[in-house]
Amino acid sequence: MQDALLKTSRIKWWEPVVWLLALLAPWLFPHHALIINEIAIVALFAVSLDLVLGYSGIVSLGHASFLGFGAYTAALFAKWIHPDPLIGLVVGTASACVLGALCSATILRGSDLTRLMVTLGMALILFELANKFDGLTGGSDGLQGVVMGPVLGRFEFDLMGQVSASYSIAVLLVLFFLARRIVHSPFGATLMAVRDNRLRAMAIGVPVSARLAVVYTIAAGVAGAAGALMAQTTGFASLDVFALERSADVMLILVIGGVGWLYGGVIGAVVFKLMHDVISSITPQYWTFWMGLFLVVLVMVGRERLFKPWTWMRRT
Amino acid sequence: MTILFDGIAYGMLLFILAVGLSVTMGLMNFINLAHGAFAMVGGYLTVVLMQRFEVPFLVCLPLAFVGTALLGAVLERTLYRPMYRKPHLDQVLFSIGLAFMAVASVDYFVGSQQQIMQLPEWLKGRTELGTETPWELGMGHYRLFIIAVCAALTLGLQYVLSATRFGSRLRASVDDPRVAAGMGIHVNVVFAMTFAVGSGLAGLGGALGAEVLGLDPTFPLKFMVYFLIVVAVGGTSSITGPLLAALLLGVADVAGKYYVPKLGAFIVYSLMLAILMWRPQGLFVRKGGK
Amino acid sequence: MTADTVVLQTYGLVKRFGGITATDHVNLTITQGARHALIGPNGAGKTTLINLITGVLPQSEGRITLEGVDITDIAPHQRVHRGLVRTFQINQLFSGMTPLETLTMVVSQHRGLGAKWWQALGQNKSVVERCGQLLEQFRLTDVMHQRTEQMPYGKRRLLEMAIALACEPRVLLLDEPVAGVPAGEREELLHTVSALPADVSVVLIEHDMDLVFEFAKRITVLVNGAVLTEGTPAEIAQDPQVKAVYLGHGEGAHV
Repeated sequence: MQDALLKTSRIKWWEPVVWLLALLAPWLFPHHALIINEIAIVALFAVSLDLVLGYSGIVSLGHASFLGFGAYTAALFAKWIHPDPLIGLVVGTASACVLGALCSATILRGSDLTRLMVTLGMALILFELANKFDGLTGGSDGLQGVVMGPVLGRFEFDLMGQVSASYSIAVLLVLFFLARRIVHSPFGATLMAVRDNRLRAMAIGVPVSARLAVVYTIAAGVAGAAGALMAQTTGFASLDVFALERSADVMLILVIGGVGWLYGGVIGAVVFKLMHDVISSITPQYWTFWMGLFLVVLVMVGRERLFKPWTWMRRT
Repeated sequence: MTILFDGIAYGMLLFILAVGLSVTMGLMNFINLAHGAFAMVGGYLTVVLMQRFEVPFLVCLPLAFVGTALLGAVLERTLYRPMYRKPHLDQVLFSIGLAFMAVASVDYFVGSQQQIMQLPEWLKGRTELGTETPWELGMGHYRLFIIAVCAALTLGLQYVLSATRFGSRLRASVDDPRVAAGMGIHVNVVFAMTFAVGSGLAGLGGALGAEVLGLDPTFPLKFMVYFLIVVAVGGTSSITGPLLAALLLGVADVAGKYYVPKLGAFIVYSLMLAILMWRPQGLFVRKGGK
Repeated sequence: MTADTVVLQTYGLVKRFGGITATDHVNLTITQGARHALIGPNGAGKTTLINLITGVLPQSEGRITLEGVDITDIAPHQRVHRGLVRTFQINQLFSGMTPLETLTMVVSQHRGLGAKWWQALGQNKSVVERCGQLLEQFRLTDVMHQRTEQMPYGKRRLLEMAIALACEPRVLLLDEPVAGVPAGEREELLHTVSALPADVSVVLIEHDMDLVFEFAKRITVLVNGAVLTEGTPAEIAQDPQVKAVYLGHGEGAHV
C-alpha cells in the first residue's frame, strides 16, 4: 500500500534520459540553441502556472505579471547593480515571490470570474506601470543593453546561445524537480484537495487560504525565475512580457501538454514553440486563427479524449 | 462638464455592449470572452453595408443588430450549448479560441487597418452650452445620439424584463433554471433568445461605437477587459448593476485620461481591482442574488 | 441526572438570511459520549445548524463552545483541529483522488504533516498504517485504488464517513449518513456508526425514525429553525407536539 503511494512519486526510468538529452540538446543542435533556450523558458513558465492552475485550481489570466516582474527586476539588477546571472536569477525570483505573496490576497475570495478579472487586472496594471516609469524601464522601447557576466564566473554567454540554453535548461531542471517534490508531498495533496473540493478541504482542517497563498507565492517565484532567464539570455526586457497574449499563450501551452501533470508544461512548450515557428512562417494571421480553432476543437472534444496517450501517463 | 457628458456617452455605450455578456453570465453561468467579437461583427457589418452597398447609417443600425443576433442564435445552438456544463476554464479557453478565430478571419478578409465610419451630416457637429463658464458643456451631436439610443434601449430592456412574459421567464430562469424548467418554461428557448439578443445588442454597440472607439480586428481583445469589468463590478443578477458599473467606468476612464493622461488606463484597472477586493461579488448585486 | 461533561454547546444561536430566520435562538447541549439525534421536518434548519456550528456559515447572533472553549469566532479549519468534525448529506469527496490517497492526505493533514512539502505522500509509515486501518474498517480496501468519481455510491458514502473518522473527531456531526444508500449497504454504515468509540460524542441528523430510535439516547426536535422539544427517545415518541409536527405519521415511519 505504501508502495502504491510512493510509486507515483518515484522517478521513472525515462526521466533521467529525457533530462540528459535536454541538457545535451544545445550542444547536439548548436544551430537551434536559441529556440531551445526559448522552449526551456516557456516550459518553466508553464510549469509555474501548472502549480496554481493544474494542482490548485486557481484560474489565472494574469500569470504573466510575475514573468514580467522577474524579467524587469533581473534586468535592472544586472544593469545597475551586478551582472552576475545567478545572483540576478535569485533577485528576480525573490522579487516575484514577494509580489506573489502580496497579490495572493486577491485570489482568495470571489468566484472564478472575479479571479480572472483580478489576475488580468494585475497584469494590466503592471503593464501600465512599466509603461509609465519609462525612465526606469525604457517604456515601450523596452529595457536594453543588459549585459550579463559569465555564469558561475566561467561560462560566458556566447552569440550562438549555447551557454544560454544550457543555463536555462539547468535552471528548469532544478525548479522542475522542486515542483515535483512539492506536488507529491502531503502539501501537494492538500492543494489538490482544495482544487477538487474546497468546502471539504476546509472541513478536514486544511487552512485553505494559507495554502493557496503559499502555492501562489511559490508559483510566482518560479514564473519570476523564467522571466529573469528571459531577460538575462536575451539581454532585453520589453512591455509585451506583461501582455494578455503571454498569459493566454501559457494557458494554451499547459492545456496542450496536459494540466495537472508537470510534464504537461514541458511538452506543451515544446509542441507549442515548434508549431508556432512552423505556422507563423506561413502567415502571422494563420497562427492566431489555427490556435483559436485548436482551442475550440480541444474544448469541444474534451481535453481528456483528445490526448489519450498523455492521460495514461498523466498520473505522475 | 463635457467630460461628464463624454463619460456618460462612453458609459452608456459600454453598457449596451456589455449587457448581453452580463445576462449570459447570470443566466447560463457561461464566461463568454468572445462577446467582443460579436460587437466587432456588428461594426464591420455596418461599415461594409455603408461602404459597399451605400445603406444609410440609420438603417444599418437595426441591420447590425439583427445580423449579429442571427449569428448569435446560430452559434448558441451549435457551438455554445454543449459548453454550458463545462468547467469555467474550458469556457474561457473555448471563447478565447472563438475570439482569436474571429480576429484572424477579419484581419485576413478585410485587413488590419482602422475602419473609418462615415457619419451622416446631421450627426456631425457640436453644440456648445454655457461657454466660458465652469459648467461649460460641449455636446458632440453623435455622442448625444448615442446617449439617446442607449437610453431608449435601456428603458426598453427594463420594460421587457419587468413587464413582459418573456422577461419574467428570463428572470425565473436566471434565479433557478431547474425550477423554471419544472414550471414549464422552455429554458433552452429562453437561453437562445437571450443569447441572440445579447449578441445583437453587442453588434449594435459595435456599430454605434465604431466612430467613438475605433474599429479594427483587435477590437474584441482590446475592449474585452472593459466588458468584463462592467460585468464583474456590476454583477450578473440585474441590469441596473451593469448599467451603473458601465457609467462609472465610462466616466472614470474619460476623466482619468483627461486629467492624468500619463496614468491612462491605470486608474481604471486599479479602481476595478480595489472594488473587486472589497466586494468580490460585484458592487451592485441584489441582496441574496448570485 | 448525572453531571456529564458538556462537550458542545450553543447559546441562543440565530441565523438570518434577509427576512428569513433559519435558526431561531437554538440552545443545544451535547454531553460526553452522547448519541444525540437531531430530527425535524424538511426545511427545519438542521443542516443550517450544523453549518453554523462548524463555522461554514457565520452566525447572526449567539455563541458556541467546544469542550469549554468559545469557538464562535474561530475559523472552520481550526474547529476541525479541536476535534469538531462533520460529514455531509451530499457526498463531498475529492473526485480526482483515490480513497488511498484521500485518506493518506487527511491523516497527514490531521497529524500536522499537511504543510510538509519535501517528503513524498506515502513516506510516513505510521500515516500509511492508520490509513490502512481506516480502509479496512470501512470495507474500502477493495476499491482503494479506484478514483473516487468511479466508485459506486455506497462506497462513496463509506468514504465520506471514513474521511471524517480520519480526523480523529471528539465531536462528530453526521448529516444524514445513510441518505440514498441502498438497503444492503446501510448495514455496513450503521454498524460503523454504532461501533464508534464511547468517548466520541455523536450528533446525528436523520429522517429514518428506525435508525433514530435505535441509535439515539437523546433527541432534539427542530421545527422552523427553533427547538421544539428535547428528551429521551421514549419521551419524544410520546410527545403529542412531535406527533402533530409529523402530521400523524407516527413513530417508526419514514418522513
